[in-house]
Amino acid sequence: MAFLEINGIYKNFGKTEVLKGISFGMEKGEVLAIIGSSGSGKTTLLRCLNFLETPDSGNISINGETLFDAAEPPASDKDIRRKRLHFGLVFQSFNLFPQYTVLKNVSLAPELLRIKGQKLSKAEKNRVLKEIDENSRALLNTVGLSEKMFSYPCELSGGQQQRVAIARALALSPDILCFDEPTSALDPELTGEVLRVIRELKTTDRTMIVVTHEMNFARGVADKVIFMADGVIEEYGTPDEVFGNPKSEKTRSFLEKSLENP
Amino acid sequence: MSFLEVTAQLAKGFITTLQIFGITLIGALPLGLLITFGSMSKIKPIKWIFKVFVWIIRGTPLMLQIILVFYGPGLLGWDLKIDRLPAVIVAFIINYACYFSEIYRGGIESIPKGQYEAGQVLGMTKSQIFFKVVLFQVIKRIVPPMGNEIITLVKDTSLARVISVIELVKSAQDIISQKSLIWPLFYVGAFYLLFSGLLTILLNLAEKKLNYYQG
Repeated sequence: MAFLEINGIYKNFGKTEVLKGISFGMEKGEVLAIIGSSGSGKTTLLRCLNFLETPDSGNISINGETLFDAAEPPASDKDIRRKRLHFGLVFQSFNLFPQYTVLKNVSLAPELLRIKGQKLSKAEKNRVLKEIDENSRALLNTVGLSEKMFSYPCELSGGQQQRVAIARALALSPDILCFDEPTSALDPELTGEVLRVIRELKTTDRTMIVVTHEMNFARGVADKVIFMADGVIEEYGTPDEVFGNPKSEKTRSFLEKSLENP
Repeated sequence: MSFLEVTAQLAKGFITTLQIFGITLIGALPLGLLITFGSMSKIKPIKWIFKVFVWIIRGTPLMLQIILVFYGPGLLGWDLKIDRLPAVIVAFIINYACYFSEIYRGGIESIPKGQYEAGQVLGMTKSQIFFKVVLFQVIKRIVPPMGNEIITLVKDTSLARVISVIELVKSAQDIISQKSLIWPLFYVGAFYLLFSGLLTILLNLAEKKLNYYQG
């Protein structure tokens, strides 16, 4: 059984079928790239994993634990909050909290999670806060933004904001970090710094799912590639298989078009 | 009647004006938020009750509402003696809460969905998302329109004289009719200008304070 197992995910929005039976598995430490044209369901799939959408049928499990099963009654808010922490999500449009400093953006969620509602003595609370603070600073160092710790998001470039968003998602140590087109909202000259950070994360064996339009990045970094078209997985394999020797006609024509307009 | 005596008498009326103004704000700011939650409720009947209520209050003159609160219970045969000033304040609180609620609603709805989703994927509860992520951004966005309403409230307090509450304008009118002096009526304008000028400065300060970030 694979680390992450996704079985028969269907999702409709009204009469539009967005996902039509998605199944795949991935192993720990793997980097999976999902490519495909707009409207193929890539983002919806990622949102289902992060509980931002509820699939109509199918099930998701991680490390043997069932996270979602459409056959079961819906989970409580509290359960969902616990389960979704297996995943982190980096959004296309960053979605940083504009009123907080970079450091606070990273430390806010861990503070709320580990301090609010827990009965901690003052000493314990200070210890936890210190730990979170140190961890947040270390994460900002990882994404190369130590110097911007006390800046506000509006003072940063898009690429820097996205790197903060990556640090923020890492702060809760998710099992799988998901990226939803992390460079699509960036100017071309800023995509490099974000992709570099993702590449560095790969060297630490982080499990990642990256929805992307950057074909060269997918080819160079991913261990496995999924090509989605019209809500189904059209092709699945290693980058060499999918990019070098695509089996499906749809994959071939998509890749041709993507390479024409890089 | 000397300038000082006029000033002293107008100052008395001004204190009543300040009372109406201050208590209305204290009451209407939180009540407005409750009305906002009601009118944004996912339960349709609750939502519609609040929407209709806001429509009635915003759709009728405040002057009429003041009269209704003061005389209404008696006309209905209820044995409810309500003093003039409290009647005015009740009408003001309800009226302003409805206006505030619409400003709050506009502010809350202007916050991008991505802010809620970012909070959600970070495991925050609904109330943590509202209080830790959204609320502050809402406050920043609504300071200018709220400032507008607050300045309007300063001048609306003069409606209280419709049920003979002696606020600033009424106290000037009394001087006019008793002493046959006309200039105190213009002098009253200076009180309003001074007070609304002070509020404008405070509101600008608040706006500046909140402007440490963009977005």
